[in-house]
Amino acid sequence: MTNALPVAVIFIAGSFFIPIFRGKMKSVYLLALPLLAFTDLIFLPQGESWQVGFLNYTLILSRVDKLSLVFGYIFILITFIGMIYSIHVRDNTQHVAAFCYAGGALGVTFAGDLISLFFFWELMAVASTFLILAQKTGDARKAAFRYFLWHFFGGVCLLAGIIFYVSTRGTIAFSFIGLSDTGTFLIFVGFCLNAAVFPFHSWLPDAYPRATITGAVFMSAMTTKSAVYILARTYPGSEILMWAGAFMTCFPIFYAVIANDMRRVLSYSLINQVGFMICGIGIGSQLAINGVVAHAFCHIIYKALLFMSMGAVMHMTGRIRATDLGGLYKTMPMTAVFCIVGAASISAFPLFSGFISKSLTVSAVAESHQTIIWLMLLFASAGVFHHAGIKVPYFVFFGHDSGIITKEPPLNMRLAMGIAAFICIFLGVYPAPLYHILPFPITYQPYTFFHVIGMLELLMFGALAFTVLILSGFYPAELRAINLDTDWLFRKPGRAFITFCDRPLKTFGGAIETLVSKIVSLTFLGPGMSVKIEERFDKLFHKILTSIPSVIFIWMKPLKTETRQISWNLLYILLPFVFMLFFIFIFRT
Amino acid sequence: MKPDKQLKSLDSPKAQKKFRIYFYLSLCILLCVDLIAYFFTERHGHFSWEEIPVFNAVYGFTACVGLIFIAKILRWVVKRKEGYYD
Repeated sequence: MTNALPVAVIFIAGSFFIPIFRGKMKSVYLLALPLLAFTDLIFLPQGESWQVGFLNYTLILSRVDKLSLVFGYIFILITFIGMIYSIHVRDNTQHVAAFCYAGGALGVTFAGDLISLFFFWELMAVASTFLILAQKTGDARKAAFRYFLWHFFGGVCLLAGIIFYVSTRGTIAFSFIGLSDTGTFLIFVGFCLNAAVFPFHSWLPDAYPRATITGAVFMSAMTTKSAVYILARTYPGSEILMWAGAFMTCFPIFYAVIANDMRRVLSYSLINQVGFMICGIGIGSQLAINGVVAHAFCHIIYKALLFMSMGAVMHMTGRIRATDLGGLYKTMPMTAVFCIVGAASISAFPLFSGFISKSLTVSAVAESHQTIIWLMLLFASAGVFHHAGIKVPYFVFFGHDSGIITKEPPLNMRLAMGIAAFICIFLGVYPAPLYHILPFPITYQPYTFFHVIGMLELLMFGALAFTVLILSGFYPAELRAINLDTDWLFRKPGRAFITFCDRPLKTFGGAIETLVSKIVSLTFLGPGMSVKIEERFDKLFHKILTSIPSVIFIWMKPLKTETRQISWNLLYILLPFVFMLFFIFIFRT
Repeated sequence: MKPDKQLKSLDSPKAQKKFRIYFYLSLCILLCVDLIAYFFTERHGHFSWEEIPVFNAVYGFTACVGLIFIAKILRWVVKRKEGYYD
């Protein structure tokens, strides 16, 4: 035991005291917490500490090594920047949720065993739901509910996997797992859901654009990147991740090009960037893992910067759709510059942070001679410049003039964006400090002549394609529309199925029952026999024929998207959960 | 905030044309540098096509044009009205 606390405890316990403070003291307290956590992290001893006995197992609340330390630094840094950005928010719920969320991410990062990992994992899911709910619109409430259900599904998979894993291997150690049996596969699905791996990605572009302006900044940083960290630790070198990652870099680009909501464009480009990391984990070499960590570090900052700049536009104008915006550079020049810095970083322009981190992963792919993957990543690099690098700044700050007269966002927002933009450029120009803290020793040199020229050619000629297509009018126009994603599967046929169980099936059953009792009562069999026959019919119809739909119907009917129904919802979700635990326990051998 | 005079001039067709000329010029310079470097230095890539001088430029351009084509087809398939799920 040492004097330094586990970092997650500082955020989670600290968040309870936020409502006590008022006015300036609250601002000071909100900014002091990340600084305190950072100081604490420096004093935490290397290796495992804070071992706590729990149900015959030993939980490890603090495991500090090179891999977890980088993620610890970046999560604390982004909490600090995000807090500066959201210091003007007077809603305590949002601040408490943000700190619990960041605390969950830090807990996941420093957890040394699967049980405490699961606890912090669920804390993240619950706390982040409140960041969406706090938007207080009907749309946000529904999206928050879907988000929660998705993560609940992921959490259940993870828990089932952990139980399988523990019963077969007899250890709760959180280290390399690797895909081998049912348990490890279930854990894998649970992690992949949080990393937004296809087809479990649709919660991300569904929920992030509906979160609060400040909440989206935190969300863009924590959930997917903590999943990346965990996958890098548990499943490095899994070939399936390499292909899944390469696919993730490509398909969201098409969606991002045709999306209208600017934060949805950023959400799709987030999946695309996480794809690079997932692909690197799939390669699994030292250079690749270094690339994953470096890219996660840079990505958190520039993606938060992009979300902050779009949030600033939304805060000042109340609009976020590309169709409503345009020409804002005249009244928000500073925000425009910050947005362009973020856009240049995500596109991996030389001298910006994306350049020095993405190239590590791409080089690792080239070193392992994965030709198709390499070409896919190169396509994604050109594509990300197209949608996040050009589309976002162009349609918001340039393009057709929307005639909106507004002002620069408040000082704290500008300050937070300024810090993030500075880090983006600083790391791009001088990557040594970042390379120094990577988990493996590194000799990579990003600024070689051919690398710079090659990347510039790729990006500039991508820009030429954009220019040509815009001038020729072929570029898909911005439309007020939404685009279907995999969540259509449960949002439309799922709803139709429930309606089918509710109306036609129920009416049909009721009609048959009345008919049977009428027919029986007309015959000479007498009331006793009629009751018996009816019971038989009842059994046939209700228990045998319709058992599956009616069970689902009974579960699904009370699920309402109203927040006041949330306790009922939780109960309905928890019951099958308990059943599942029971069955796993019976069949664990 | 009052719109800046200098900034406002970005909207005029003349300024846009000027911007485009600079842009095309920088593309030409980039290609020239790459071609000159091709004749004077030896380059090593992990794949054979990395040694072709303007490979990245051609790939970047075709990738982005292809991207828009596929995105247009995708939009035709997945586009719905905004209140579709309500």
